[in-house]
Amino acid sequence: MKAAPFDYIRPVTVAHALELLAQHGPEAKLIAGGQSLVPMMAMRLARPAVLVDVNRLDSLRGIAAGPGTVTTGATTRQRDLEESAVLRGAVPLVGAALRWVGHVQTRNRGTVGGSFVHADPSAELPLAALILDARIHLSSQDGGARVVPASGFFIAAMYTATGETECVTGIDWPVWEGPGVACAFEETSIRHGDFAMASAACQIQLAPDGTCRRAALGLGGMASAPLAFPDLAEALVGRRIDAAAAREVAEAAVSRSEPGTDLQADAAYRRHLAAVLLTRVLLRAGAAPVTALAA
Amino acid sequence: MSSTFPAPALATVEITVNGRAYRRAVEPRTSLVDFLRETLGLTGTHVGCEHGVCGACSVLLDGDPVRSCLIFAVQADGLSVTTVEGLAPERGKLSALQDAFCESHAMQCGYCTPGMLIACQDLLAHNPQPDEAAIRDAIGGNLCRCTGYQQIVDAVKLAAGAPAHG
Repeated sequence: MKAAPFDYIRPVTVAHALELLAQHGPEAKLIAGGQSLVPMMAMRLARPAVLVDVNRLDSLRGIAAGPGTVTTGATTRQRDLEESAVLRGAVPLVGAALRWVGHVQTRNRGTVGGSFVHADPSAELPLAALILDARIHLSSQDGGARVVPASGFFIAAMYTATGETECVTGIDWPVWEGPGVACAFEETSIRHGDFAMASAACQIQLAPDGTCRRAALGLGGMASAPLAFPDLAEALVGRRIDAAAAREVAEAAVSRSEPGTDLQADAAYRRHLAAVLLTRVLLRAGAAPVTALAA
Repeated sequence: MSSTFPAPALATVEITVNGRAYRRAVEPRTSLVDFLRETLGLTGTHVGCEHGVCGACSVLLDGDPVRSCLIFAVQADGLSVTTVEGLAPERGKLSALQDAFCESHAMQCGYCTPGMLIACQDLLAHNPQPDEAAIRDAIGGNLCRCTGYQQIVDAVKLAAGAPAHG
């Protein structure tokens, strides 16, 4: 359980980091928080010859509110997201998701960009990003900068649109303007903070009459990548989210999932969990108190 | 036949541990916990799973709890670490939290204890009067294979009620 030998380089600029990636190609790996990569290296599932440490590149770190979005730098720690009043206020689903992410010891190191590029199918921040259709900024020495929507970023388990010489530099989280926005995130795992057997999340905006004005919803751990259901969300618009509506949407979503079986849970149990969790989050977010609507 | 493996390249790191600065040459793949235990001989921090699940190796890095098996020592270059050896206010004394662990018998085999103390020390630093849910959340990342969790929760409650002396 010791990592294989590697060369360690700590670049002083993003351009230098990109140059190292271009130079070493698949032999190099970026490390930021290392909370997913280091376990993989300890188990020898990853054996990079060169480790490029981007932890101290200040330009990759920070939380900035812009028009209609909040941007988080790739190496912003999960703990910093958790403690950001700006982010929690503007993109409440991120705060709701973080409640389920690892433990304080891992959130102190783990980064938002790391969660994205590791792309565990049950990871919480990727699910939140997919539901909200966040935009991921990527950069490479030869390809320059590009932006990929979350819907095109998470391809399969531990497989994303990130090229082998690219670095995720930041994530734009869309802000839902106006009153009546509520969200909920729930998951079931063996131990709080462990990988979810199934997770469900939604963000809902209610009209003053209590009907749904806007919705977004999805499931984690139920396929090789997180799942969002924009058509099911759209079908909720104009409706009141009662138990029947929530159950109907949850069952439709689960019927499109392809959960696997492992020692913790078989596919049938995961479907059961996902339906219960999605129904629950829809009811919780869709039944926001009237006081919240006026806020 | 002589080995064909090249000698590993070493990196020099300067890490402050419990207030004392250490300068050492390490292999880049040396984890922070191996650096603490094997390079510095500070064996109070325990190694459990070595892949970030058990929490036994928890230390404070620049004041925040982290898992020292998930950080390479080279990454901690220039940073400050507090281990269980650094929790006591002075030689021969224990912190209020350590006293409470003794008083409540919050350990059986003792393997998880250093990590538990680090996690609980951080909890009390941010939340001096934690309720039971907050205590359970704070130790959620630390496994006790003896399952002595109740006494650990009791110890934190006791420490929170006790006058601080460290």
